[in-house]
Amino acid sequence: MASTATVAAPHAPAVHHKEPTGLWSWITTVDHKRIGIMYGVTAFLWFLIAGVEALMIRVQLFVPNNHFVSAETYNSLFTMHALTMIFGALMPLTAAFFNFIVPLQIGARDVAFPRLNALSYWLFLFGSLFLNFGWLLKAAPDSGWFAYAPITTMAYSPGMHMDFYVLGLQVLGLSSIIASLNFIITIINLRAPGMRLMRMPIFTWMTLITSVLIVTAMAVFTIAVTELMFDRLFGTNFFNTVSEGADPLLWQHLFWMFGHPEVYILIIPIMGMISEVLPTFSRKPLFGYNVMVFSGVLIGWLGWGVWSHHMFATGMGPIADSFFSLSTMLIAIPTGIKIFNWLGTLYGGSIRFTTALLFSVAFIAMFTIGGISGVMHSSAPSDLQQSDTYFIVAHIHYVFFGGTVLGLWSALYYWYPKVFGRLLDERLGQFHFWGTLIGMNLTFFPMHFVGMFGMPRRTWTYGPEQGFTAYNQLETIGAFIIALATLAFAVNLFTAWKRGRIAGPNPWGAATLEWSIPSPPPAYNFREIPVVHSRMPLWEDDPTKQGGIPHGRVEEETDEVTIAGRQVAAVRDVRDENKMSAHDLGIHLPPPSFWPIVLAAGISAIFIGLIFRQVPDTSPWHNAWYLMFAGVATTMLSIYAWAFEPGH
Amino acid sequence: MKSRATLAGPPRAAAAPPRPWRGAWTAAVPLLLAGCGEDHLRKYPQTTFHPTTEFARISDWLFMLSLYLGVAVGIAVLGILAYFLWKFRYRPGAPEPKQIHGNTRLEVAWTLIPAIILAVIAIPTVKAIFDTQPDPSTLKDAVTIEVIGKQWWWEFRYPQPNGDTVITANEIHVPVGRTVHLILKTDNVLHSFWVPQMGGKRDLITNRVNHLVFKPEEAGVYFGQCAEFCGTSHSLMRMRMVAHAGDGYQQWLTNESHPAVEPAAGDSAVQLGKQLVTTGACAGCHYIEGTPMAAHIGPALTHFGRRRTLAAGILDNNAENLHRWLANPPEVKPGSKMPNLNLTDQQITYITAYLQSLQ
Repeated sequence: MASTATVAAPHAPAVHHKEPTGLWSWITTVDHKRIGIMYGVTAFLWFLIAGVEALMIRVQLFVPNNHFVSAETYNSLFTMHALTMIFGALMPLTAAFFNFIVPLQIGARDVAFPRLNALSYWLFLFGSLFLNFGWLLKAAPDSGWFAYAPITTMAYSPGMHMDFYVLGLQVLGLSSIIASLNFIITIINLRAPGMRLMRMPIFTWMTLITSVLIVTAMAVFTIAVTELMFDRLFGTNFFNTVSEGADPLLWQHLFWMFGHPEVYILIIPIMGMISEVLPTFSRKPLFGYNVMVFSGVLIGWLGWGVWSHHMFATGMGPIADSFFSLSTMLIAIPTGIKIFNWLGTLYGGSIRFTTALLFSVAFIAMFTIGGISGVMHSSAPSDLQQSDTYFIVAHIHYVFFGGTVLGLWSALYYWYPKVFGRLLDERLGQFHFWGTLIGMNLTFFPMHFVGMFGMPRRTWTYGPEQGFTAYNQLETIGAFIIALATLAFAVNLFTAWKRGRIAGPNPWGAATLEWSIPSPPPAYNFREIPVVHSRMPLWEDDPTKQGGIPHGRVEEETDEVTIAGRQVAAVRDVRDENKMSAHDLGIHLPPPSFWPIVLAAGISAIFIGLIFRQVPDTSPWHNAWYLMFAGVATTMLSIYAWAFEPGH
Repeated sequence: MKSRATLAGPPRAAAAPPRPWRGAWTAAVPLLLAGCGEDHLRKYPQTTFHPTTEFARISDWLFMLSLYLGVAVGIAVLGILAYFLWKFRYRPGAPEPKQIHGNTRLEVAWTLIPAIILAVIAIPTVKAIFDTQPDPSTLKDAVTIEVIGKQWWWEFRYPQPNGDTVITANEIHVPVGRTVHLILKTDNVLHSFWVPQMGGKRDLITNRVNHLVFKPEEAGVYFGQCAEFCGTSHSLMRMRMVAHAGDGYQQWLTNESHPAVEPAAGDSAVQLGKQLVTTGACAGCHYIEGTPMAAHIGPALTHFGRRRTLAAGILDNNAENLHRWLANPPEVKPGSKMPNLNLTDQQITYITAYLQSLQ
């Protein structure tokens, strides 16, 4: 029996150096797994908050001429719903998986720059808190996440609303860029021996592509937001159209040069996750691995050439309209390849209907619908009737909710046991799945119709004579069904962490490296760095080969349980036997450090100081330039201290 | 360029031949079965499914084309997916599935087939893009109307051959059978002009001038709305487009270019109302031809009594609604630049009487 339990502890040492626990150990941690968990927990909380914002939007639109919230509050609600979902929930949730899973998949002990990794988490936390702080001052951003100039300039948006946007997103952008550089370098440099690029797990591949997209797209966005900040705070004239030279279209071009790749930043990682889940539960390798990799690269690449399809109504002229129509249509080809290859993966398989698989399959179905409506408005003259209507809202939600969110939930059911060592409850999972699927279609499908019947998006209310009422009521009911299902999910996530069934190292019988080590993995990940001979080392590598992966397929386990009609692995809790610390094994891990959080606090203080420059005289925060200078000083100090911190 | 001039070209036959894709559309999506008749229009007055210009028909046709192809592809993909899930479900005791790594021939096929489907959409798309955007300088005999986006209402300016300009608000009048050339501007933030039955939307962009060209074919009143987010009252920035058949447009324009008829001497409510409006706070923002009121901050009110709606298309223009509006504009329309003037009921009654007399 190739029991996983015995492999980890061939010689039990007498003394255990325990891994540190407690709040301070989390604040100073540089362990990619802990940072991954922190990303995941924070982002999930933001997901719930953004969901509440969505529910308030839906309640407001339940009846015509409603006054549930004021027009001003409504504008903040739809702005913050988008910002919180994109920058607070979805991107960081994918980052949680990058952090936790990618180093394990490539057989690494940590990411290339562990302290930098901690810094990107703290910047994300402070940035997202800062962005939402506007709510407390009744000054949450209120001009849309797209923030089209000139409505976002001082002339039309006095007060702090859009200051929270321009400053908060710079912090979040910095966080994303730092994290992505870290992943690129990690994936390029820290792969286990034998893991050539074309042997990398597909999720790692998609992480690499996404990271390259983030670094480049976020750079453009940071420039745009910085220019807007200069307009707002220092009176420059990039978009301040009171001056003749300013051009509001410049903002749109810069924004969508980021905004369109952003869509792919949110969907490409999910394509990677799906491509891990489907083979595992079909018991078949991914169909057309090479084509899957190259189509991912192609989607990322083409994603750069389509930004102006968001701007067909701006009158760019027929030549530009034609170019962007055609380039947008081209993206459907590599996307279609992916969908057909996923079908090919299912073909001839032995499909186990776990919750993870159900979400993956629903992803394919819903994302296909979102992709088809995408093709429908790639045609510029057709899009002129659809842009800025609820048809587009339907489309982006089939992509972001039907795509990104369903895929993330699939990944959570799949990798949760690896992260916490326990399985999520399958019955609650099924409830979560069906509630989400039914709720989302009830919410988002009618939006196609109401949009084509002329309902504009970002609209606080509508008249009874416009005929939008019935559709909006269906949508609101659907939204509450989603909320109910999500509540069940939150309960599941929490209770499984406390008393879910013990997972064992490889509960699904999966093929990639992360499943070769205990769940949850020890701080040092791998006792010995594995040597890889194939794309699916746990399915294809011969363990007798030199450096071969010692953990066989799940069938070799003896102690099995049945979940959703299939056998899963040993339920013995092997975690006790893996509590040997890295120190005991003579493995050097980077020591904890509190400089990342101090540096992140310093950077955040600069932005807080900038925003409080204009609160009323009576406030203690009045003219908080001093806070900005304190932030600069802290930043400089912590960079210096960081550089000379011993232990490396 | 010749192909670009199609919109200004020979008029379409008034009774259009039955369009084959109409029937297919209703068959394909039963939910919209009743979707295209007059009933549909009554139910959804702002619908995109009831085109009345060449421009809107082109948009509609391309939408339908991509819809059919999309629905076909969607049914195929979802059908295969459902079949595979059922067919290849796990059965206890089944042997390990065959480890298929790929199939180059298949993958080439599902690269080429989508490419061909897309080409079917791409070719008419490019033609349509050029057809719907004629070069404004080539337009002969077009009716030119300037559209100016305001927060949150619409101003329409009709330059006259004699150099005068007729100015109206929130209700744009166009003639049937002639090419209409809209010159789109904004003096504040971005807006988007959208009357779905006339053709797609076009943005009004600060420091820029945009154009929209279409030819109305049927007389009627059409719903429109600002489609680009423009701040607090964005959703309350609606409008009506009135298309006149025959010489209706010219008659309307002639009436509009003269001051409204002076109120009869005996009508004291109207007289008092006129005094309140022309000498009071209203004069600070509004324009009424034939009176000393000359400000252009708020909507021009010269023939206000003939308008169908008030407050940018959100209320029918009648005494009751006008009363409600004047009592507290920001309450009806959040963010409205027209402040609450704390008018008494009596004053509002007089003002209402005067404004409604402006025919």
